[in-house]
Amino acid sequence: MNFKKLAALAATTALCAPAAFAADMANELTLVSWGGAYQASQQKAYVEPYLAMNPGVKIIWDESSAEAVAKLRAMNEAGNVTWDLVDAVASDSMRLCDEGLADELDHDNDLAAAPDGTSASDDFGDLLVSDCFVPQIVYSTTFGYRTDLIDKPDSVCAIFDLEKYPGKRSLQKRPIDNMEWALYCDGVAKDDIYEVLGTPEGVDRGLAKLDTIKDSVVWWTAGAETPQLLADGEVVMGSTFNGRLFSAIAEQGQPIGMLWDMQSFDLDGWIVPAGLPADRKARVMDFLKFATDTQRLADQAKYISYGPARASSAPLVGKHAELGIDMAPHMPTDPANAGNVHVYDYEWWADNRDDLDAKFQAWLAK
Amino acid sequence: MALTPVENQTPAFTAGVSAVAGGFAGLFVGTAQGSGLMGILIGAALMAVIGFICAGITDKEKPVRWALLAAFTVAGFALGGLPTAVLGILFGLFFGWFAFWLATSRYRAHLAPYLTPGQVLWHYTFRVICGAIFVFLITPILVVMPLSFNAQDFFTFTPEMLRFDPEGYSLKHYRDFFGSDQWQSSLRNSLTIAPAATLLSVGFGTLAAIGLSQPHVPFRRAIMAILISPMIVPLIISAAGMYFFYSRIGLQGTYFGVVLAHAALGIPFVIITVTATLVGFDRSLTRAAANMGANPVTTFFKVQMPLILPGVISGGLFAFITSFDEVVVVLFVGSAGQKTLPWQMFTGLREQISPTILAVATILVVISIALLTTVEMLRRRSERLRGMSPS
Repeated sequence: MNFKKLAALAATTALCAPAAFAADMANELTLVSWGGAYQASQQKAYVEPYLAMNPGVKIIWDESSAEAVAKLRAMNEAGNVTWDLVDAVASDSMRLCDEGLADELDHDNDLAAAPDGTSASDDFGDLLVSDCFVPQIVYSTTFGYRTDLIDKPDSVCAIFDLEKYPGKRSLQKRPIDNMEWALYCDGVAKDDIYEVLGTPEGVDRGLAKLDTIKDSVVWWTAGAETPQLLADGEVVMGSTFNGRLFSAIAEQGQPIGMLWDMQSFDLDGWIVPAGLPADRKARVMDFLKFATDTQRLADQAKYISYGPARASSAPLVGKHAELGIDMAPHMPTDPANAGNVHVYDYEWWADNRDDLDAKFQAWLAK
Repeated sequence: MALTPVENQTPAFTAGVSAVAGGFAGLFVGTAQGSGLMGILIGAALMAVIGFICAGITDKEKPVRWALLAAFTVAGFALGGLPTAVLGILFGLFFGWFAFWLATSRYRAHLAPYLTPGQVLWHYTFRVICGAIFVFLITPILVVMPLSFNAQDFFTFTPEMLRFDPEGYSLKHYRDFFGSDQWQSSLRNSLTIAPAATLLSVGFGTLAAIGLSQPHVPFRRAIMAILISPMIVPLIISAAGMYFFYSRIGLQGTYFGVVLAHAALGIPFVIITVTATLVGFDRSLTRAAANMGANPVTTFFKVQMPLILPGVISGGLFAFITSFDEVVVVLFVGSAGQKTLPWQMFTGLREQISPTILAVATILVVISIALLTTVEMLRRRSERLRGMSPS
């Protein structure tokens, strides 16, 4: 048997395999995601091609990722899991995995290998932060500013400089990122941030720094708020997810600029809820393998400016599907943007989250 | 019709009252410009002068009012273009009329002659307070409507919109609503769930109301209290309870489950409205029907039902609106397959602040107004038929 024949055989097996098992798979799939432009990118990059390959399958979206942990707990308690595949941020997926609410995966067997044969676990590399988690994208929380209302800031510390950059700024209503930025701008070296933040004095120091701008801060909870506030001119700068800013700048033509300094990287990906019946689980695993392959993750970047989580997808990132602009320079992982990044420490936060949340909320209420 | 003979007021009185009104208007204009105090001072001074002049020339009312209108319009246009010119026209119309209304004592003419000045003042202050409350209640809805025609994807009055430039307006959010699968499927879900829930509520609610209005039923008050409790218990508690209960019996995440949950919420409205109409129902009519050989079912449909129909229909409309507007229970009892319109709006507001939500809100406000108008007309008809004067 020569090589060509072998390749053809492999291709037919690959094509026939899903069809052969289709009888054992559920035909309905409930996907949970974040809504908005991000869900639209998933719809176009993986769901529509998957439906084209599997006519007869029905996909239902539920925009409930924000309360994924609480809802999965309730479903588990009620013994009635209605979700099939859930999009969650890395820290939520770690919690779900620890509580046994998400299934552990065998990444090399369950996921597609890279086109050059690299195994999935090597292709995702360090981004596989939990056994239950299949990362899709790298996103960052970073700052946008009104180009017509203030001078171009060149450092994240501009948020603490009310004299040079007067006006309101919007920050996320949680201690994560804000505390790190505060300490960094108070003169703590980047590598020492978590060491300082681990002491009560460090927490006080961070809050004291935030205190200097407390009266000028609008606190947000949903990612859409900062673009809205910036478009209104209600704030002159504000933090949000980089894809939201990209869409306000490139798609809506708002006078907003990006400040990439000290952007905070985070991951978002899929988890499979524990306790699915066999037919639904089979459908989920089939979809998951397709939706997280190299080409699909690269395709997603055509619709939204989040970096694909596979190393092998990065070279395939092309142009925006409608605007035709190169997407690579808008990715948080682009070298020009990633000059000075803040790597958010999941494990540190998993251990200290409850404590800092309480202190942060108490400070907010003061 | 003048109740009280009146004379023209002194210039000092007209100037004084005009100044108060001018100061009040100036407060808003001034606050919008950054200094409420300056606004009050300028508004009061301007209106004092206008009031003083008008009081001196009450015989030339028409030309003076036209001149004031023109002056305000031109001043508005000079200050900020078309939008402020419209404001100027409104101010010119109002204050021209106001100054002469005071100066010629027209405000006093139709009030009873024996009222003291204090009572006259209260008469008008009361109206101003009512108007202010009305504005306070209605403004949020009025702001939403023009924003839904925004050409941009933000909840923002753009400079183009404020200039009344057609470029700044568009129907794209309405197109988005009618063209998107997500919105259309949630509209379909709402339109199938709400009528089914309404039918159940009306059926059960009407039967319960009739049964509970029979004097011989034991524990009437206790049963009534239990049936009305979904209206009183906080929604989130009913919702969480229903979630766990429906999960156990396999109704969670089904169309029928959502319909049942909404019916439970709608029943109290039907019971209350039907019980109210039954108060005016003459029980001797059913006895007369029985006397003539009609069985209870025939009596119900031929005699009782037509008479209490307005109450049934208005209860049904309330039940419909309850189900159509409901978001908390459906978030628990439904799954993504039963996503209703309010659910879609709720997630839309959180994840993507898009004016499509405002377009949907505008459509829903129009529908609600139509439904409430129907209820009110039915109520009046029922009172007319029962010989009560409509109030």
